[in-house]
Amino acid sequence: MYRTLLCAMAVAFTGTVQAQDTRGEIESLKRRVEELEKKSAVGPRSGTMNPDISLILQGTAARSSQNPDDYQITGFAPSGGEVGPPRRGFSLGESELVISSNIDPYFRGQLIVALTPEDEVEVEEAFVQTLALGRGFTLKGGRFLSGIGYQNSIHQHAWDFQDAPLPYKAFLGGRLNDDGVQVKWVAPTDLLVELGAELGRGRSFPGTDPNRNRSGMWSLFGHVGGDVGANTAWRAGLSYLKTSPEERAFTDLDALKSFSGDSKMWIADFVVKYARTFKVQGEYFRRTESGQLTYDDTAAAAPLFGAAFTDGYSSRQSGWYLHGVYEFMPRWRAGYRYDRLSHGSMSNGIVASGAGPTAADFPLLMTDHNPSRNTVMVDWSPSEFSRIRLQLASDKSRAGVTDNQALLQFIFSLGAHGAHTF
Amino acid sequence: MPLSVQAALNVLACTPEWGALAKEIGGDKVNVYTATTALQDPHRVEARPSLIARARNADLLFCTGAQLEAGWAPLLQTQSGNARIQAGQRGYFEAASVATLIEKPQSLDRAQGDVHPDGNPHLHLDPRNVAKVASALAERMAALDPPQAGYYQGKDKDFQQRWSAAVSRWEQQAAPLKGARVVLYHKDLSYLVQWLGMREAGSLEPKPGIPPSTAHLAGLLERLKREPAKAIVRSAYNDPRPAEWLAERANIPAVVVPYTVGGTEGAKDIFGLYEDTIARLLAVAR
Repeated sequence: MYRTLLCAMAVAFTGTVQAQDTRGEIESLKRRVEELEKKSAVGPRSGTMNPDISLILQGTAARSSQNPDDYQITGFAPSGGEVGPPRRGFSLGESELVISSNIDPYFRGQLIVALTPEDEVEVEEAFVQTLALGRGFTLKGGRFLSGIGYQNSIHQHAWDFQDAPLPYKAFLGGRLNDDGVQVKWVAPTDLLVELGAELGRGRSFPGTDPNRNRSGMWSLFGHVGGDVGANTAWRAGLSYLKTSPEERAFTDLDALKSFSGDSKMWIADFVVKYARTFKVQGEYFRRTESGQLTYDDTAAAAPLFGAAFTDGYSSRQSGWYLHGVYEFMPRWRAGYRYDRLSHGSMSNGIVASGAGPTAADFPLLMTDHNPSRNTVMVDWSPSEFSRIRLQLASDKSRAGVTDNQALLQFIFSLGAHGAHTF
Repeated sequence: MPLSVQAALNVLACTPEWGALAKEIGGDKVNVYTATTALQDPHRVEARPSLIARARNADLLFCTGAQLEAGWAPLLQTQSGNARIQAGQRGYFEAASVATLIEKPQSLDRAQGDVHPDGNPHLHLDPRNVAKVASALAERMAALDPPQAGYYQGKDKDFQQRWSAAVSRWEQQAAPLKGARVVLYHKDLSYLVQWLGMREAGSLEPKPGIPPSTAHLAGLLERLKREPAKAIVRSAYNDPRPAEWLAERANIPAVVVPYTVGGTEGAKDIFGLYEDTIARLLAVAR
């Protein structure tokens, strides 16, 4: 009733007013809309939340022709990290919680906690870094992924394959994230020249977490990088890592073996990316260790010697990998990786002295085996925040055995839009 | 740049349109380096080594904001060791901080695609936003380089005059586009559509940031048969195939617009960007 009345009035009204008035009215309405727009225009926020929080959910369904529990890299001292293939069948991967934010105008902080499928909580990274030193300097302190190599500082969920390349597994236990400090300097040049140094406790492989009032690890690294044309970007680097393991032990054939001395490692790395559709990366590792090796089977149920032997030990071992990933259509990528380790040269004073144990008593360390692996993968990313990957590998990490692996992996990220390093 | 020419302001622009605008306002008092090209999807850029090197020496990091560069610009700040360009410092300027944003989502749910909480970040395709950003940029440059404050203000004044004349001209030229229904690829042309009074008849992406799928395109084709559109418009950096697929079947023209400076031959600067865009739209709308 009211409505019809209003309508009638409106018709009568528009019928009588002149076109000029209508135009004036529209103009004033326009102005009011603009004013309202101005009022409602909110300044952008630095992130959607303060702090930025994101959660990475991962899982695998895997099968392998060899038992993953028996996994070893023959010819190399075990690195203690979680380097074996995933469990057979369905398993949850690490769920990562990432919290990061600027703390104040001077510092930024980040925490990455991994909830392992074994219901453990691991602090992957917890660090603060400076924002305001200027002149190209950044200082970082806490636990962080070391800047050595290329893949080391990339988070696992952003890797192109489900697992780490063999040299990372053998020489770094998957990756190096020590507790310590890092200083980085970016040169004032158009070509990226970045130099860094780290000092750490040496809490994990190749170190051994010494209970000492000094650092157990230090590293130096340098990166150069730039563009070739509008679509190709590259980076190359050289790193050096020095640790001083003390009684770094592993059990093999019921005897405890441990190494104390110096571990020195060089890493050369490069990556080239073309227009985000093609990428090649590779790294070469070379490690020399020298010090004392101990053989001790006194604790064994049926000891062969029932005594402990200690003598000089040195080794020079190396490894490399190369991988390429190609986005063959939007959202779909395919990749191939080849990795290989070289047993290199090894001198074992205990064996040489002939006092007791022979090379056969050090099967894991002294088997002259060059592990290698071929891996292919295809992944599909429905959006920037989800990825499903099929990966097949033929793994000759163990001497004389080929482990054929197949796995399906999913990676989902929730929450704040992550920023991934190059 | 060698240290000796540090007298000029080093501007690192995240996207080509802001690089072009920085040149308009900064003239010969600035060195402008643009992080991306018009053929790169601004959502999918990486903090590549050369950008970290450029960020190291930048006096001003000039980005869009509104989370457009969320995947890479923060890394330029944290990895360059440059205190001047950190958030909250004078050397960091976001265009979105002075522009009027549209399509601010009612709810923040990624089920809606890659939603930007502050609104649609492709704000440079509304010329009124460009004018606001230009003035704010001139102020910022003046604050960073006080001896040249007058120069930047003069440049801005000159730009505003030329810009408003050009905008009136474009609005006149584009009058035939009013009410035209167009299919877009992504929400990156929403400001343009709104400014010119065109109407969006759907988008090739099922949700923002989700690439077109065959099922979605088929549905769109059905809809276009019932309610035809004038054209399918995509940006230079978009994959041409989905637009061509649909254009052929729906029997309507597909048109490429530069989206930003450098996207087409004609889009040589920020004026050329608009001129070429309107010319290309008019060519198919008639």
